[in-house]
Amino acid sequence: MRLAAQVVDLTKFYDLGSVVVKALRGVSTDFPEGDFVAIMGSSGSGKSTLLNLLGALDRPTSGQYFLGGRDVSTLDDDELSAMRNDMIGFIFQSFNLIAQYTVLENIEVPLLYRSGYPAIGRAEREWCLELANMVGLGDRTDHRPFQLSGGQQQRVSIARALVNDPQIILADEPTGNLDSTTEAEIMEILHKLNEDGRTIIMVTHEPSIARQTKRQIIMKDGLIENETLIKQSIPTR
Amino acid sequence: MTHIIRIVQLALKSLLLHKLRSGLTMLGIVFGVFSVIAMLAIGEGASAQAQRQVLELGATNVIVRSVKPPSEVMQSSSGSRVLSYGLLRSDYKILTNTIPTITKAVPIREVDREIRHLKQSMNARVVGCTADYLEMNHLTLSQGRFLTNSDQENLLNVAVIANEVANILFKFEDPVGKSIRIGSMYYTVVGVTKDRTASAAIGGSLSGQDYNKDVYVPIKTLQVREGDLDIKTQAGSNTAEQIELHQITLRVNDKDAVLSTAEAIRETLEQTHPRTKDYAVVVPLELLKQAEQIRMIFNVVLGSIAAISLVVGGIGIMNIMLATVTERTREIGVRRALGARQSDIIEQFLTETIVLAGSGGLIGVVFGLLTPVTFLGIQWFVQNFVMEGNTAGSDVGRMFFDLQPQIAFWSLPVAFGISVTIGILSGIYPAISAAKLDPIEALRHE
Ligand SMILES: Nc1ncnc2c1ncn2[C@@H]1O[C@H](COP(=O)(O)OP(=O)(O)OP(=O)(O)O)[C@@H](O)[C@H]1O
Ligand SMILES: [Mg+2]
Repeated sequence: MRLAAQVVDLTKFYDLGSVVVKALRGVSTDFPEGDFVAIMGSSGSGKSTLLNLLGALDRPTSGQYFLGGRDVSTLDDDELSAMRNDMIGFIFQSFNLIAQYTVLENIEVPLLYRSGYPAIGRAEREWCLELANMVGLGDRTDHRPFQLSGGQQQRVSIARALVNDPQIILADEPTGNLDSTTEAEIMEILHKLNEDGRTIIMVTHEPSIARQTKRQIIMKDGLIENETLIKQSIPTR
Repeated sequence: MTHIIRIVQLALKSLLLHKLRSGLTMLGIVFGVFSVIAMLAIGEGASAQAQRQVLELGATNVIVRSVKPPSEVMQSSSGSRVLSYGLLRSDYKILTNTIPTITKAVPIREVDREIRHLKQSMNARVVGCTADYLEMNHLTLSQGRFLTNSDQENLLNVAVIANEVANILFKFEDPVGKSIRIGSMYYTVVGVTKDRTASAAIGGSLSGQDYNKDVYVPIKTLQVREGDLDIKTQAGSNTAEQIELHQITLRVNDKDAVLSTAEAIRETLEQTHPRTKDYAVVVPLELLKQAEQIRMIFNVVLGSIAAISLVVGGIGIMNIMLATVTERTREIGVRRALGARQSDIIEQFLTETIVLAGSGGLIGVVFGLLTPVTFLGIQWFVQNFVMEGNTAGSDVGRMFFDLQPQIAFWSLPVAFGISVTIGILSGIYPAISAAKLDPIEALRHE
């Protein structure tokens, strides 16, 4: 079984001068390829902090994080950027589309920052269109974000997360701002992606959402309190 | 290259999101660039005007004119109130005989007379002069010949008339060979001069000249026929002036010798006119240098004003960009999360300011190119709403209305370059502060 990502004894401390906040106090776990993980836990337990580290948005205070064969904790800022661009797809709770761009242009954004800045050619355009079709927005490619519903915006951000064919997909409460019908639609898309072999790591507060994943990680006070395996068979790619 | 095109496209997209704001931000640069170009164009036009005037007078010429001494009435021998002053024929002789660098000299006497042909009459300026007058005043003939030396020797009653005089007196006939009456004497017309644009006044000591109502006669003939006395009727009372020569125009053999020759002329005249300074020495070359200096001062002053408006424009851009960075903190966080490096963010915001300042600069250049038209509008406005009738005819008025702004073409790229530089300078700080944002913090920003 190949690993998509692996964290070893990860800690993250915030030094606020008078106090040191220990957001993560030594987290170790493996993420096999094709995994679908829900990270749960009470507020302030360190879920987002862990996800940000997994997303190479930040470096840990100590410990190691392996992604694509490299230890992310040793990389400099530009290398972290390259890592995020190449290996990671983000889905945010509040969608975070760029207001002045159309649907298609939003999906293209990660292409702008590929290393060496290769031109965006016809093949790339077609790939973006294909992704738009896949999330069911093939007829809305030249709409702007304010013309879309929340669910539609989140679909755009899923398409955007996929454009560089990342190693892992990270989602921080992707359905937190959506109603239950839309939530189900988004979950359906994520399921399909996972069935296609994508590794998905998702933070959620909803047990009903968490139950739909393969594995739950329960966090408490900066540590993993419990790992539950929901589904035994983890398909390998 | 495609990368540059792409970041410029993206910058345009962001700027077009807030059209009004981007437009207003640009305005400072537009006016800055416009005023740089306009002010240089006006400075350039003024200097060209001054140069033109000076060259009309001749860069190697020195002009000596009679000047009425300040309200000093000299009693003549006859006891009547005759004012006697100015250059003497002896001055002309001394100057031409003692200063070797002088190659040509024209003595000039000017009187106003009524001239008449059959039933047509008009008032004209009768200029007594010699053969060299034609060339030294850049006049050309349209018909006949100019005055010759033998006309002088033989005291012939011949005259050369200006085109306008010919048009008034000889509506349907060929003037050459006809006779005209000047005062009480008859003269034969031997030539007609072409129109020449009036020269404007320079430096106060030389008033403008309108060559188109002149009649030229041999100076010796004029002296013999009319004498040196000039009686004018002013406000009911008669004043008589006795002036031998109104002007002597001298040509120096070499441009480098002009200033020293002018000095020699001044010294000579100081000795021949020890009591009153009833003459003025005008050296066009000196005027040219003065005009150059005035232009420099103008350019520095006007340039500073334009520079201030450019700086203000730059501060405006920086201000807006800082606000924009704050407003778009979340966008910056998203881009960083999706893989943008700090340098990408710097590039993005810097490109936006450069595009903003650059297009402002381009619009400014277009406005700048319209300076001559704008200036015509200003002249029209001044003529109709600001100036009173007699001011327009004064030296200052003439100078203003004769002025044609000349766009200095080097100022276009320079002004545009300055605007882009200001874009870079005012954009660099906001861009760096945008790039330095922590991606996680930026993503959390509301
Ligand atoms: N930049 C920071 N500076 C200081 N403390 C921080 C910072 N980021 C997070 N923390 C602290 O780290 C701890 C974990 O925060 P984190 O955001 O990971 O919680 P969470 O599990 O995502 O909570 P929630 O469910 O409310 O989103 C909290 O106590 C938080 O206050
Ligand atoms: Mg959180």
